Amino acid sequence: METFLVLASTLCISMGVFLGITGAIGIFRMPNFFARLHAASVTDSGCAFMLLFGLMLQSGFTLATIKLCFILLFFLISSPTAAHALAKTALSCGAQPTSSPREER
Amino acid sequence: MLSILFLTLILSLFWLLLSWQFAPFVLGCGVVSIALTLYLAQRMRVVDAESLPLNLSARIVWYWLWLAKEVALSNWDVARHIWGKRIHINPRVIQVKTPMKTPFGLMLYANSITLTPGTVCIDIEDGQVTAHALTDSAAAGLESGEMGEKIRRLGL
Repeated sequence: METFLVLASTLCISMGVFLGITGAIGIFRMPNFFARLHAASVTDSGCAFMLLFGLMLQSGFTLATIKLCFILLFFLISSPTAAHALAKTALSCGAQPTSSPREER
Repeated sequence: MLSILFLTLILSLFWLLLSWQFAPFVLGCGVVSIALTLYLAQRMRVVDAESLPLNLSARIVWYWLWLAKEVALSNWDVARHIWGKRIHINPRVIQVKTPMKTPFGLMLYANSITLTPGTVCIDIEDGQVTAHALTDSAAAGLESGEMGEKIRRLGL
């Protein structure tokens, strides 16, 4: 059981790290603001959830897990709010929501 | 009055779980900060029926599980596009009808859309949500209206 938990949490944390790097690379590779926002949201959702879940598996039924749950809860509310604020502001400031084929690299 | 009581309970629980210390000084600090928070919330008039979500049915857990699955799938989809040799995306703004009736349902819908990578909610107006979709599959998923239908069936 112990080994299984360590293995599962290692898997979750590695997955989270991978998704975090993916998001960072996406921010550089994507052609315009809105596409970059989607790449960043991979880091916001997948990476953060997997890291937190992996850490929860490590800490088991302790107070630390409850605190991690709080972090997850605030993340679930704050990260969409930030993404929405960015998207709405960008659109009203005239950022181009579509990308022309020329822009795609 | 009920919502004030509920808020006090939640805040006390929150303080205790975060500190888990029972020295009189720490507990006193807790009482002072809870009182201050209650006063500010009262002054800002943010304490109302919405801050007391007791009418949520237990079926929302199934919705969250479904949402977790959707988030995982779209994470995979966007990650695939990021690592691809050439980036084949088709970003655009789309509009979808919102079938839900309550403000809480709208909030849940908009947050769910934004939480899923590949779609970001930009605006909600007159029963229509304006969203930005990164790829064809993300746009198709949103336009199918499955997520909205699930929230509507929760009675929100």
